[in-house]
Amino acid sequence: MRRVLKQREIVADDWRHFEADAATASHAPRLIVPLKELRANPQTWSAYEGPLGVRIGPADKVEDLAAELQRCTLIAIEFPAPTEGRGYTQGRLLRGRFGFTGELRAVGAAVKRDIIFALARCGFDTFEVAAGEDLAACAAALERYTVAYQRGAPGSPPLRQRFSA
Amino acid sequence: MYRYDDIDQTLVAERVAEFRDQTRRFLAGELSEDEFRPLRLRNGLYIQRHAPMLRIAIPYGLLSSTQLRKLGDIAHRYDRDYGHFTTRQNLQLNWPTLASVPDILADLATVQMHAIQTSGNCVRNVTADHLAGVAPDELDDPRPYCEIIRQWATVHPEFTYLPRKFKIAVTGSPADRAASEVHDVGLHMRRDAQGEIGFEVLVGGGLGRAPAIGQVIRDFLPLKDLLSYLEAILRVYNRYGRRDNIHKARIKVLVKSLGAAQFRDEVEAEWRSARADAPHLAQAEVDRVRAFFKPPPYESLADIDVTADREPKFRAWYRYNTRSHRVPGYRAVFVSLKAHGRPPGDMNSAQMAALATLAEEVSFGLIRVAHDQNLLLADVRQGDLYATWQALSREELATANIGTLTDMIACPGLDFCGLANAGTISVARNIQKRFDDLDYLYDLGEIEIKMSGCMNACGHHHVGHIGILGVEKHGEEWYQITLGGSVNGFTALGDVIGPSVPQQAVPETIERIIEVYRERRAESERLIDTYRRIGMAPFKERVYASRAEAA
Repeated sequence: MRRVLKQREIVADDWRHFEADAATASHAPRLIVPLKELRANPQTWSAYEGPLGVRIGPADKVEDLAAELQRCTLIAIEFPAPTEGRGYTQGRLLRGRFGFTGELRAVGAAVKRDIIFALARCGFDTFEVAAGEDLAACAAALERYTVAYQRGAPGSPPLRQRFSA
Repeated sequence: MYRYDDIDQTLVAERVAEFRDQTRRFLAGELSEDEFRPLRLRNGLYIQRHAPMLRIAIPYGLLSSTQLRKLGDIAHRYDRDYGHFTTRQNLQLNWPTLASVPDILADLATVQMHAIQTSGNCVRNVTADHLAGVAPDELDDPRPYCEIIRQWATVHPEFTYLPRKFKIAVTGSPADRAASEVHDVGLHMRRDAQGEIGFEVLVGGGLGRAPAIGQVIRDFLPLKDLLSYLEAILRVYNRYGRRDNIHKARIKVLVKSLGAAQFRDEVEAEWRSARADAPHLAQAEVDRVRAFFKPPPYESLADIDVTADREPKFRAWYRYNTRSHRVPGYRAVFVSLKAHGRPPGDMNSAQMAALATLAEEVSFGLIRVAHDQNLLLADVRQGDLYATWQALSREELATANIGTLTDMIACPGLDFCGLANAGTISVARNIQKRFDDLDYLYDLGEIEIKMSGCMNACGHHHVGHIGILGVEKHGEEWYQITLGGSVNGFTALGDVIGPSVPQQAVPETIERIIEVYRERRAESERLIDTYRRIGMAPFKERVYASRAEAA
């Protein structure tokens, strides 16, 4: 069973990734599906009975997700490499501009303790960390800074900060 | 100058703790080199040819005596007793050990300094005119706005990993002593019809490969919108800047590929969309920061003639190394880091300590770092100039060559840098030797030589009146020479004279360029003006003539 850091707690992950994760016995589990797959088989997925999440990559435009924002209660954003920075803006826009209040999850090989604080400030509330990364250290990293100059994304934990929105 | 409050101080302390943990994990083998690299770079730490190099930020070039003294202490304790000032108002230490860097950063934090974001693909140190606040031609002091930008950009969560580095410069003067037009963003202070402060906004300038001059995307940006507009620019860049090719990742490439007009439209659209969720720069915050930059308590003085009956050396120093001041009775004094025989921009710990004390005595305890790798005492009473000259002379900081040919900019080059092709320091030394006679230099007038050891252009060679670029040819050092580059209010990129020349031929090549200038110059014409008037051909012909023909 995969564990994730969610709302600052280490918990068992109750979501499955489409195809990547083994099927479960439960009927229509909570399922995270790549955007491409959702778009390729719209009938299948509109008929899906369980909760759906969408998984997007760095090049996907958040402006194009209107349908998914209606249907999905989770958005997973990929961070495949430490130098990939587009996901921070994707998260910030989903929270701040598109009013997404569901679960915003960071996934990928770069999701480690050293970037988690910044991700949380951009509105991410769940971290599916890289294989081998220490979840407790990631949880501690969320407490690393008590101050910030910039305002955080809506819903991000409050800090003492300089510039208000 | 700005003083940290509890938020600023806590942030640097927490940053030091974070980097101490990251360094520990790297040394313990818990972080790979690939994982550690982006983390150390954004804390100013390079791994260079011989040792690590730590780049310390001097925001908009302003230092207190306490800070300069601490920099001298750090260079003494952790390094080889000297540091190197760069074209972007940073100080580089060339020999610290990796394990000592967290301690250095902790020491810096005790004097309200840091090395945050002095490297890496993030917003870098914000730079400004070194004569800010004292220049007679200035519209307003840009430093409060630099400090506000510094804070906004520091550990900005959304712009943690930009496609490439991002440099911002601000100037309040038409003379643009901050080279703002060759920055990713250049901000020129303006006033609107109501007298309100704002900025002309340029984007897409930069040196390095494919140098470009910034293009205006907004004539007037009201001050209250400063941060929201910068955020819109950064957001467009973060989303659409290229990440597939490091050589095409700067914002200048995005601006060029979209065209400035479309880039502007993207930014304006983003800016309008972000209104409700953008950072607001409150007037109270502007007032809070501006209060730190009030003019020092100047005395009511009249301008006086300080050179009468003084020796020629002092008179030359006064003429070349001091500048007029907007307050009567004061001068701004350059501290030359271009002593002949010394690498441009280098300063040792003893000099730092002596200058810190001198600044306390004659210039309100403040020192500026100029982008041409000199320092500046901005507020010296004219009556103190002679004593100031004597004190600087004792420390070999009074070479009267500011603005002359030997006041050249040079990166550290092959002696230190892992990227360089060329030994810029020895080339600089050879040029200094060839042009050692000060009277001859004075006759040549204002000449800017700028030299880089590689295409990354840390030495700004594209915008030197004479630019020198180190290139590698069959394992040897060669140098490409350009003419006609400039910044300071008229930005132009230099033109390549022709085929590159071997290292030993560089001083001779410069000399031949100078010969043509001396033969062809009109009354009081500078080299750059002569070049603009007569063009490349006469220079090219002389440079590539055989020795017999040239003689």
